Amino acid sequence: MIHTHKKPSALRIALLWKTRRMLRRGGAAAKKFMPARSSLSNVIYWVVIAFLFLPLFVLLFYSFNAGRQTTWQGFSTVWYQKLVMESPELWHAFFNSITIALGSALMATAIGTLAAVGTARYSFKLKNFVSTMSFVPMILPEIVVGVSLLIFFAGVGLRLGLVTVWIAHTTFNLPFVYLLVSARLEESDPSIVEAGRDLGANESQILFRIILPMALPGILSAFLTAVTLSLEDFVITFFVTGPGGTTLPLYIYSMIRFGVSPVINSLSAVMVAGTVLLVYPMRNFLKVFAAH
Amino acid sequence: MKKHTGLLYTMPQILWLLVFFAAPLCIIIAYSFLRKGLYGGVEPQLSLDAYTAMANPNILLVTWRTLKISIIATALTLLIALPCGYSIARSKNQAIRLFLVIVPFWTNFLVRIYAWIAILGNEGFLNDILKALHLTSTGVQFLYNQTAVILVLVYMYLPYAILPLFSTIDKFDFTLLDAARDLGATKFQSYVRVLLPNIKSGLVTAGLFTFVPIFGAYAVPLLVGGKDSYMLGNIIADQLTKTRNWPLASSISMTVTVLTTGLVFLIALRKPREQKQVFDADPLLLQPVQAGKR
Repeated sequence: MIHTHKKPSALRIALLWKTRRMLRRGGAAAKKFMPARSSLSNVIYWVVIAFLFLPLFVLLFYSFNAGRQTTWQGFSTVWYQKLVMESPELWHAFFNSITIALGSALMATAIGTLAAVGTARYSFKLKNFVSTMSFVPMILPEIVVGVSLLIFFAGVGLRLGLVTVWIAHTTFNLPFVYLLVSARLEESDPSIVEAGRDLGANESQILFRIILPMALPGILSAFLTAVTLSLEDFVITFFVTGPGGTTLPLYIYSMIRFGVSPVINSLSAVMVAGTVLLVYPMRNFLKVFAAH
Repeated sequence: MKKHTGLLYTMPQILWLLVFFAAPLCIIIAYSFLRKGLYGGVEPQLSLDAYTAMANPNILLVTWRTLKISIIATALTLLIALPCGYSIARSKNQAIRLFLVIVPFWTNFLVRIYAWIAILGNEGFLNDILKALHLTSTGVQFLYNQTAVILVLVYMYLPYAILPLFSTIDKFDFTLLDAARDLGATKFQSYVRVLLPNIKSGLVTAGLFTFVPIFGAYAVPLLVGGKDSYMLGNIIADQLTKTRNWPLASSISMTVTVLTTGLVFLIALRKPREQKQVFDADPLLLQPVQAGKR
């Protein structure tokens, strides 16, 4: 209609575009999450992402290299075959890692959840002491925890192996479980528990029917965090391990130190892919996680 | 009655931490004041040997170096993490952008160290490229020095700094920046004078999250460092497993513990106003801020 009597000139179109863009910008400025006007921080962000991903892509690249050396000698999946078929020690270490991760996460979740319920619902003399003591292991450098546990195990005469690794992992997982479950319990509404009590629930019914179901998301995320921390740990495990207690990180360490086999490239690539597949469904959860 | 129930719930955790955390710490405190045994272990004899042994010029040098590496790496990490956190906070796709930061961070620690060896090694990725471009024929030694250690440490702990910085900047009211601009501040002034003071707590958290683990670093200097990048963590491990001087390993561990927990408590226990003074007196955490002012 507007254009019937006048052909749109190039200038008109340009003007129209400009006003439109200006309008859009003005509208966006009212929102809190408009894209940053300074693109410098965005440029830095993407450079950092490239920096963070570069090593992972280099590993992926080498994992398909036919040669033993790092120089490219053609495409091959030989190192993936070797990883699956000819690496019994690696798989043994992998299963050790899984066992320790699940075992220590279970233990830490059980103990830590109980403690979180105790400190969230009741007040007692040692309450502040418990909170502080649960916080300290998190801020100690790993090496100090590892060294003190090693000296302790030697002193008590406990043989180093899977059991000592399990004890150590449960110990460093506990503070995280306690914090995550406590945070969840603090958010939940105490009047629900009172309502339950008014309706005649006893102590164990309150715990199992009300408190634990309410805290379940927190308990689950605490358990998963504990599993991840355990799978990841190298330094503490390095000190407290013994015969039969080799975990995957320790095995990778020995591969790096004493003769690198290119199997480490395919293993790393599989681990990176596994992480992406596991973490991707949780990407929305991450924002909540980072906000804590 | 209620008192006992609460205590009952927390008892397993109290016992576990007493036995496997507090007791081991007490033992190394005790060991640091005992005399070294002939074949490892200790003699039941009070002595300050382990502490006087720390005055050894070699250990003092390593302490100084550890402090230097930690400060440089923390400063670099914060300097890089600050614009990243800002960019994520102002992005529409916060979840995706956070996800991209987290993926490398959830990849196994040792795999990431190994990846850097594959890149920087004498026959590594970087040297391959340089050779292909005929920039070098013999290859350049990138690994096994302090620069490599600092680079890998920054790589390792960047996400630790980005996450707390993001969550603090995310709570910041960005219209304040517009207000500052309207009142005549330059873009730069608005960042330094308005944004930075408001996200101080995030900077402190990010600084601690990077400084404390870097100060106790063990694996990174061991695998990508050389003689010039030996850190306190490596000395502790050597004293424990090679030289078998357990009192000395204990006394160095105690020093590291007191320094790091002291720093954390000093900062955590300050009230906001007093925090500023710590901040100003502490070149370590101020460094990235000053660098931004230039």
